[in-house]
Amino acid sequence: MQDNPEFNTPDFNCPLPLHSTDHILMGHGGGGKLMQQLIEGLFLPNFNNPLLNQRHDSTVINLGDTRIAFTTDSYVIQPLFFPGGDIGSLAVNGTVNDLAMGGSRPSYLSVGLIIEEGFPIATLEKIIQSMQAAADHAKVQIVTGDTKVIDKVINRNHEKSHGSSLFINTAGIGIVEHKMTLAPRSIQIGDVILLNGDLGRHGMAIMALREGLQFDSPIVSDCAPLAEPILALLEQGIPIHCLRDLTRGGLASAAIELAEAANVEIELTDDAIPVHDTVRGACEILGLDPIYVANEGRFIAIVPPDTVEAALSILHQFFPQQACVIGQVRSKAPNIDRGYVTIRNSLGVKRILTLLTGDPLPRIC
Amino acid sequence: MKYLDEYRNASAIQQYAQAIADITTQPWTIMEICGGQTHTILKFGLEQLLPTHLTIIHGPGCPVCVTAIETIEQALWLAAQPPVIFCSFGDMLRVPGYDRDLLTLKAQGGDVRTVYSPLDAVKIAQANPDREVVFFAVGFETTAPATALAVHLAQQQQLTNFSMLVAHVLVPPAMEQLLAAQNCQIQGFLAAGHVCTVMGYGEYETIASRYRVPIVVTGFEPLDIMQGIYHCVQQLEAGTAQVENQYARSVQPQGNLTAQSFMQQVFEVCDRSWRGLGTIPNSGLRLKPSYAQFDTAQRFALPTGKPPSDTLENVQENVNDNANSTCISGLILQGLRKPYQCSVFGTKCTPEHPLGAPMVSSEGACAAYYHYQSLTHSHPSTSS
Repeated sequence: MQDNPEFNTPDFNCPLPLHSTDHILMGHGGGGKLMQQLIEGLFLPNFNNPLLNQRHDSTVINLGDTRIAFTTDSYVIQPLFFPGGDIGSLAVNGTVNDLAMGGSRPSYLSVGLIIEEGFPIATLEKIIQSMQAAADHAKVQIVTGDTKVIDKVINRNHEKSHGSSLFINTAGIGIVEHKMTLAPRSIQIGDVILLNGDLGRHGMAIMALREGLQFDSPIVSDCAPLAEPILALLEQGIPIHCLRDLTRGGLASAAIELAEAANVEIELTDDAIPVHDTVRGACEILGLDPIYVANEGRFIAIVPPDTVEAALSILHQFFPQQACVIGQVRSKAPNIDRGYVTIRNSLGVKRILTLLTGDPLPRIC
Repeated sequence: MKYLDEYRNASAIQQYAQAIADITTQPWTIMEICGGQTHTILKFGLEQLLPTHLTIIHGPGCPVCVTAIETIEQALWLAAQPPVIFCSFGDMLRVPGYDRDLLTLKAQGGDVRTVYSPLDAVKIAQANPDREVVFFAVGFETTAPATALAVHLAQQQQLTNFSMLVAHVLVPPAMEQLLAAQNCQIQGFLAAGHVCTVMGYGEYETIASRYRVPIVVTGFEPLDIMQGIYHCVQQLEAGTAQVENQYARSVQPQGNLTAQSFMQQVFEVCDRSWRGLGTIPNSGLRLKPSYAQFDTAQRFALPTGKPPSDTLENVQENVNDNANSTCISGLILQGLRKPYQCSVFGTKCTPEHPLGAPMVSSEGACAAYYHYQSLTHSHPSTSS
């Protein structure tokens, strides 16, 4: 081949930067940077108030002498039934967990159903019964609700979905029975990050089902209520500084949000983060990182270092051999202005974690 | 996990880091070809374990990143046609054309579907006989056999509503192009293990002897990479230039002959335009005339135009060393600059708003640096 001295000046052109999209993308609901932009650029400026600006899973409100936690969440999952749960149990557990993350005792839920015309009553009945079973398990009551029926929905394959769509909104109220402030602003340098179990089960269970991926042992969602172990920690005097459940965006996104809000470094230890072999294998196949994958029964608790042993022994009653220490809160490097998350691997190398743009996309090869 | 844990063993990796340090007596520059290898190097922080005078540069080995912008524009045009179901690998959806990407187009009503294999697209064509199903066939030699198999299946099933927008690219011509450049700094290569699993490494022996560069066929786990670097440095120190196979658990010298046979039946070699590098002769695959019925270009009048003239001045890459505000992705794809040496890295150019190809896919060098920053190379969006 001839030398090509002009090789680095080819007819190359670079794409223009994409301007902010004028349409909502699926990524806006993915728990990553696009969603953050939507919240910071649209919702917070318009709804601006101190309670909303807490930016927590649930808002703690003082009503006279009573403190309540208040939250809402919507569930649009497809398929409606998955290994380890269904949209009904997910809607109850998800909102119960958001209340629990505020350190409250979940008490009352509302249920808003948006049902596509043609949806089978028998399927609806199954989901409603599942919701009640989940509510019984989480010791909450479903006390109010609403039902709307909509015309045919176009599904993800651009086809009318023939009466198979159901969307659920649940709002919840919990009673706060302590005086502590469980929030990013309570996080202290030296605090320890506890995790209650292995990561990535829910996200990979759904992805495997959607994409028809089969594994030797099927991946079962971790969908579960988390109020009981958290209330046990609080009742036994563990001074929890902050809690966060690890739903959309997984551990990484939750930790980044907390680190930025608290203006600290959260250092995670890669080897300490438990991931089941089947989940890890599925993630490897799809080129996904388990620390970004959604969970529905996992949370981190940020506690003072002298309470770690006591906290773990309580958590082990609920999550035997699962709950563990995965990191620590540190002072930021002086050259970085905002809080961030690092992960230290077994080689001793540290790197910074970043928010994904939107939903994780499988890599080509 | 079998074939994973043992290749992520910290002690073994550290031993290789020490062994590399022990044998490295002078500065060397090695390029890893594949985006998957770039990903591993940055995710595991392997560069931090290497001697400071050993430079690892990241090659143009991300098929997503190097797909020409004109081809992306054709994909966008196709996906916007009402009868079309446009099927693509997931990470192609975020690749920007001139002013939008496939995700945006999907939000605007285009029927864009993520598939994990071209065979999924064949199934979609079977299930939707009244729609035109187009598969976006991108990737190196690694993904080309599956594309060829999909063409065979479509032919067997006599599908008349299935076609492909083919943008497959070949690694060896790109390596030769890099080596032939006057300012080439590459002294050794880690060749892409998955590509060689399909193709073997006969072609690489020719390149190694012609350009006097050692080439080590390398896998994708951290220990693979460290072993690949060790063998490459060993050769550089000894002054040899041979092909070695570090990835013998997957790669045989002759490759996968069945896969090659499928490819040869369906594809022929053609010139291909690479994003960031320009046109490289004989570096692409296209469907043979006998399979023209599956060529999207034969079924649709695809746009071939350039962007509107008022945007042209904004899309010209500035490759000068003193570029002050524009993307230097051409230099990065050639390994002449590191992503963090670009003035717009992490500020004007981010994964949400990629200015250049290497920021597009998670396997692109810039995106990999962005996602796997060290505290040393944190980008401004973290430090602002």
